[in-house]
Amino acid sequence: MAATLIDLAETPVRELNRALHAPGGADVWRVLNPRGAHAVACGVREDLAVDIEGHVGYYCAGMNQRATVTVHGNAGTGVAENMMSGTVRVRGNASQSAGATAHGGLLVIDGDASARCGISMKGVDIVVGGNVGHMSAFMGQAGRLVVCGDAGEALGDSLYEARIYVLGTVKSLGADCVEKEMRAEHLSELGELLKAAERDEDPSEFRRYGSARALYHFKVDNSAAY
Amino acid sequence: MCGIVGLHLREPSLEPRLGELLTAMLGQVVERGPDSAGVAVYGDPRLSPPGRTVVSLLGTSKAEVEAVMPGVRAYDADATTVVHADIDQLATALPHARVIGSGEGFAVLKGTGNPVELADAFGLADVTGWQGVGHTRMATESAVTPEGAHPFSVGPGQCLVHNGSFANHATIRRELRAQGVQFDSENDSEVGARFVAHQLEQGADLEKALKLLCERFDGFYTLLVSTGDSFAVVRDAIACKPALVAETDAWVAMASEYRALDVLPGIENARIFEPEPEEVYVWRRR
Repeated sequence: MAATLIDLAETPVRELNRALHAPGGADVWRVLNPRGAHAVACGVREDLAVDIEGHVGYYCAGMNQRATVTVHGNAGTGVAENMMSGTVRVRGNASQSAGATAHGGLLVIDGDASARCGISMKGVDIVVGGNVGHMSAFMGQAGRLVVCGDAGEALGDSLYEARIYVLGTVKSLGADCVEKEMRAEHLSELGELLKAAERDEDPSEFRRYGSARALYHFKVDNSAAY
Repeated sequence: MCGIVGLHLREPSLEPRLGELLTAMLGQVVERGPDSAGVAVYGDPRLSPPGRTVVSLLGTSKAEVEAVMPGVRAYDADATTVVHADIDQLATALPHARVIGSGEGFAVLKGTGNPVELADAFGLADVTGWQGVGHTRMATESAVTPEGAHPFSVGPGQCLVHNGSFANHATIRRELRAQGVQFDSENDSEVGARFVAHQLEQGADLEKALKLLCERFDGFYTLLVSTGDSFAVVRDAIACKPALVAETDAWVAMASEYRALDVLPGIENARIFEPEPEEVYVWRRR
């Protein structure tokens, strides 16, 4: 199927997004010349395929539902923030807060993601081919973060129930984040995530991290702190 | 918010285009700081002819300078007046004027209002040179005035532009005042600039001065610091204020957002990266 072409050198982002939101529109889209524009392909709710040829600015594919959005370049702050479902793929690197607060869907970053990747994630699956920056999965509540490279400082700080898998080194673990045993069900879910992200790393070489759940309840020993 | 752009040219054939490129970069960060703007340009032969001391002033005009100091050259650029004269001579002749930059080979231009209109009022597109920095300001810590606009230039040829806010600036201002450092304002970014200038004056190099700044300052910051031969970037430990660096054989550029880098020639082949927290990056003129 031929893609519907939108050139952002000629068409404003608002018009692109309006076209993507309009009922009964094309199923396949190709976006040219994003040149770092913000909010490209935000709030799409249909099962569309959107290919963006170049680097995007902030909040690309934010609030995505059902659509498959591919960025053939780098993405700025907050790519796929608050995604509900669908797939967002960044072929290059992503800036900070990738997948922030996202509830569902799959975010794949082929390159590196910087600080706070998956901050407050609420059910999204994130697979990063490279490294993640400091405080990734900060306050992550649900979902899985897979890092095929290294993780920066304070990984999983104040984590709730999100699960983290890292192949490389972890610079440091954040408060209440601990390494956990890799059981059969974890190898299996990790294998599925890597497959979905079209990656060929061996799940058995990853380590798993999660919440020690020590911050869940008030400790009377800390009463003097308030 | 606030927006930062900076361009350090390595390829001399691009020098005639410095102002044009800086104007285009500045135009991409207007939304980040629509209330005021400022630039520093290094090497423009009209604003800063070689061998001349250049003083950038607020609160005066070309007409006033030329009336009280016959024979002295001056240029008006919006709220700023650039004067080619000795700084002590100016302090006597124009005691009410505020010095916002002085040194050889560079000029500082500041004003309030829309940054694109200011760039036009500065005549920025026609400026040439080897290095330029720009800032669009969304004021948080002090009033919207030309004095509060960045860059803050408090040492010879030095400029600092800041996105963020320092939390302990009052404490550090007090400490620096106790050591004899004079301040012009209650602005937090001025404290950063005075701190760096003070360290450089005490013999630290730029890397050392910025490392000390990281140790001493609390708060949010992405800083672009330039001197008569250098271009440096540093971010705080949390690194929540954005920064991107792009580098080619022809130039090094820094901006708050990618779209400001996208206007540069050869960006498609540039090495693009985000500066790591509390790591000092310095590029020197070759």
